[in-house]
Amino acid sequence: MLMNIQPSQAGTVESNDILIILNPAETGSGIKIDLTSPVLKKYGSQIKIVIQEVLNGQGIVDAHVSANDRGALDCTIRARMMTAIDRAKLGEEVQG
Amino acid sequence: MKLRRTMMFVPGNNPGMLINAGIYGADTIIFDLEDSVAISEKDAARHLVYNAMKSIKYPCEVAVRINHISTPFGYKDLETILPVKPDLIRLPKAETAADIEEIDVIITAAEIKHGFASGSIKMMAAIETARGVRNAYEIAAASPRMVAIAIGGEDFLADLQTSRTKDGKEFHSARGQLILAAREAGIHAIDTVFGDVSNEEDFIAETIRIKEMGFDGKSVVNPRQINIVHQIYMPTTKEVEHAERVIAAYKESLDRKSGVVSLNGKMIDVPVVKRAERALAYANAAGRNNRRANL
Amino acid sequence: MINAIGREIPENIAGIKNIKPYSGPFAYTPAGRLTGPTIILNKPRSEKVLKSIEQAIDATGLKDGMTISFHHHFRNGDYVLNMVVAAIARKGIRDLTLAPSSLNNINEEIIPYIEQGVITAIETSGARGKLGKLLTNGKMKKTTIIRSHGGRARAIECGELHIDVAFLGAPACDTYGNMNGVEGKSACGSLGYAMVDAAYADKVVAITDHLVPYPLYPVSIPQTQVDYIVPVEAIGDPKGIASGALRISKDPRELLIAQYATTAIEYSGYFNQDYSIQLGSGGASLAAAQFLKEKMKQQGITASFGLGGVTAPFIEMLDEGLIKAIYDVQDFDIPSIQSMKKNANHQEMSASFYANPHNRGPIVNQLDVVILSATEVDVDFNVNVITDSNGVIMGAVGGHQDTAAGAALSIVVAPLLRGRLPMVIDQVHTVCTPGETVDIIVTERGVAVNPRRKDLRDNLREANIPLMDIEELRDIAYEFAGKPDPILVSDEVAAAVEYRDGTLIDVIRKPL
Repeated sequence: MLMNIQPSQAGTVESNDILIILNPAETGSGIKIDLTSPVLKKYGSQIKIVIQEVLNGQGIVDAHVSANDRGALDCTIRARMMTAIDRAKLGEEVQG
Repeated sequence: MKLRRTMMFVPGNNPGMLINAGIYGADTIIFDLEDSVAISEKDAARHLVYNAMKSIKYPCEVAVRINHISTPFGYKDLETILPVKPDLIRLPKAETAADIEEIDVIITAAEIKHGFASGSIKMMAAIETARGVRNAYEIAAASPRMVAIAIGGEDFLADLQTSRTKDGKEFHSARGQLILAAREAGIHAIDTVFGDVSNEEDFIAETIRIKEMGFDGKSVVNPRQINIVHQIYMPTTKEVEHAERVIAAYKESLDRKSGVVSLNGKMIDVPVVKRAERALAYANAAGRNNRRANL
Repeated sequence: MINAIGREIPENIAGIKNIKPYSGPFAYTPAGRLTGPTIILNKPRSEKVLKSIEQAIDATGLKDGMTISFHHHFRNGDYVLNMVVAAIARKGIRDLTLAPSSLNNINEEIIPYIEQGVITAIETSGARGKLGKLLTNGKMKKTTIIRSHGGRARAIECGELHIDVAFLGAPACDTYGNMNGVEGKSACGSLGYAMVDAAYADKVVAITDHLVPYPLYPVSIPQTQVDYIVPVEAIGDPKGIASGALRISKDPRELLIAQYATTAIEYSGYFNQDYSIQLGSGGASLAAAQFLKEKMKQQGITASFGLGGVTAPFIEMLDEGLIKAIYDVQDFDIPSIQSMKKNANHQEMSASFYANPHNRGPIVNQLDVVILSATEVDVDFNVNVITDSNGVIMGAVGGHQDTAAGAALSIVVAPLLRGRLPMVIDQVHTVCTPGETVDIIVTERGVAVNPRRKDLRDNLREANIPLMDIEELRDIAYEFAGKPDPILVSDEVAAAVEYRDGTLIDVIRKPL
C-alpha cells in the first residue's frame, strides 16, 4: 500500500532519545535517511535498518528521514518513527 | 503472596527512564501516560511505552497509568497498550464503579482478541476526589480484576480544599476509608506519593504511619525512595523468627491432624498464622532478585 | 608480535626503541640504575628569578629536538603549558617532544604549534577533545606514547623519558625556588606529578603568579631542584583548576552502582579495621564514599589510609576520623586543597611514591581496595579508559593500571549502557589495564567477579547483589543495544599504550 504523508516530527534531542523529522518524497524516489549519531560507527547501520523497517511496515516507500540520534535504543527509535508516521498521516487527514 | 510495597511512577515519554525502570527493585513500576505527559505528547508516550514493554523484560510487575476514559486519550491508551499485556492497568481519578466496569469490558475484549488468559490483566484505581472516597468500596469491588486501590495526591487535596501538612492530617479520613474499603474488598491499599524527594525524614515518618494504618505499600516518584519503604516494611529478625516458629508449629499440628495449635503455651489461631505468613513474605521479598543461583 | 593479552604489537613502531610486549603485571624485571640531572655549581646569592619565559628558555639552553615537560595539576584551568609552548614557538625552536603528566581540553590551544612542527612528539597519560582527535589521526610526526602516572614516574627515573627542561607551574614560589601548591590565587593542592620532573629534569623552571620572599614553607618541591623562576600574571584560571566541593551524585543509577560496589567491598573479606581505600572522582565512585561511610560507622571500622585523587567526600571521611591519613597526588576540589594545607594527616606524595612499580615500593602496593571507572570492559576483564566508541583518544590512563595492579581488590564501576553504548563487550578497542589485575565489574544490572578470584566469588555469595558471569553482563548489554559493529582501523599506529612497567600492552591505530 502506498501512503501519502505530510511533514512531521517526533522525539527529542535528550540523551537516550532520537529526533525524527519525516518529510514526504516524490514517488519512486525511495527512502533517504540522514543520520547523525554519537554511535554512528558502531550502530549507524542498525539504526538505519530499524528506520527503514518501520517505514516499510507502514507502507511508506518514498520519504526523507532526518534523524538526530542521541543514543536511542531500537525500541525508542521504533516508537519515535511510529509517532512521526502517525502524525504525518494525521496531517494528511486533517488537510484532506 | 504478591507484594506491592512500592509502586514507582515512571514518566511515559522519557526513554532513559523507561529503559532503566526495572533496575531499582520496585515491586511494581507504573508507566505513566497521564499527568507526567504533556497533552501534545500523549501519542508519543503511548508508542514509547508500548515499544519499551514489547522489547524489554522487566523483572517486576508492570502497570500502565492511562488517562481517564472521559478524556480524549483514555480509550486510545488502552487500545495501544493492551496488546503488550501489561500486568496492571491503573485508572486515575476513579469516582464510580461504572468507570471500572467500562474498562473491564475493554480489557476482556482485548484478552480475547490477543489470546491472553482470561482475567490475566489486572486493574487498580486511584481515588482522587471526595466522591471517589465515598464510593471507595464499590470501586474496589467493581471487578474481579481489581487488585488495589490507591489514594491520589494533589488532585485529592485540591478537591478537599486543603494542602500538604507535615503530619498528614489532610489525608487522615480518606486513608482510613480507603483501607477499610480495600480490606472489605480483599485487595491492596496503596498510599499516595511523597513528592519532596530530598525530605527523607518526613518521608520515613509518613511511610511508618501508613504502614501502621494497614496500607500495603506506597507510590513512589524516585528510585531513592524504594529502599527506604522496603526497609520500613521489613520485619525485624525477632518477628521473622517468631513467624517461622508459628508456621512450623502450625504445620506440625496439621501433620498430626491435631486441632489445637500452640506455641510456648499460647494458642495459635488463624489470624496469628496469617500474620506470620505475611511477615515471612515481606522478609523473603527483602532478599528477592538479589541472590542468583548461577554461581 | 602478540603480547600476553593477545594484542598484536608491531615489531617496529616509529620513534619507539626497544619494544617489549606486555607479558604479565609483574613479569618484567628491570635492570640497571636510575638516571639523574646534570651536576652544576650554584654559588651563594645567585639570582634565579628571571624576567620572562623567553629569558628562561634562553637560560635553559633549550634547542631543537629536546624534551620539555609540564604537570597537569591545573587541569582545565592551566595557562602554563600553552604560554610556554607559544614562547618557544616565537623563538623558532622546533621538533620538540612534549611530555606533560596529562593534557586537558584547554591545551588544544597548542594545536597550531603541532601543525607548525614546534612539537612533533607527545608522551603523556592521555588527551581529550581536539587534541585527542589529532593524536589519534596520526597527525604527529612520531608515535604518541601513553603512560600511566606510575609508568611515567618510572620512565623518568630510569631514563626512558629524559626531560631536558621541565616548566613547572608553581602556585607559590619563593625567590630561591622553593614551591608549594597550597598557597596563592592558583592553588591546586598537591604537586605530586611535578615532583618527579623536578627531581630528574636537566633544567627546572618554576613559573609562578605568587612569588614570595625567601623562605617559603611548607616546601613541596625544594630549591635544590629548581634552576630558574619566572613570575607571570597568572598561571591558571582558579575556576578551571579546582571546582567547589565535588558533591555526591543524585543520579539514581549511579547511586545503585555505588551501592552494589560498597556491598561488594563489605563482603569481599577486605573490609576490616585499618583497611585502605582509593576512590575515583567519577560519579559512582564518589557516591560510593557515602555508602562506605555509613557501613564504616555501622560496623565501627576505620581505614588506615586513603589514597588519591582527593575529593570533598574523602576529606569528610578524614575529618570524621573514618580515615586516619590521606596520601594525595592530586586534588579535585577546594576542600581537598584546604585540607592538605591545614591537616597534618593529609600528606602530599609524588607520582613515584604513589605508583612507580620500579622503585622500592609505591603506596599502591599497600592498598586494599580501589574503585575505578571504565569506558569499556571486555569479557576478559580488560579495561579501556582511553579511546571512545569511535576509536578516538578521549581520556587518560591516569593511575588506573597502577592501582588495579597494586590493590588487593580492584573494582571497576560503570553503567552497563551509556546511551546505546554497551560497557561490557567482547573485546575492548584499546586495553589500558589488563584483566588479570581487575577483580570485580559493577554495573546497575549485575556484578561480575573475575574467575581468577574464586575466593572473592565465594565471599560475595552472601552479599545482597546481583552476581553473574561477565558473559551474562555482555549478553544483557547486547540485548538492549545490539552487537556493536567493529571500529575499522588502518595499520598506522598513532599511539602506543605502555603498561606501567614499560612494556607495550596495546597500540592505538588510526581509525579508517
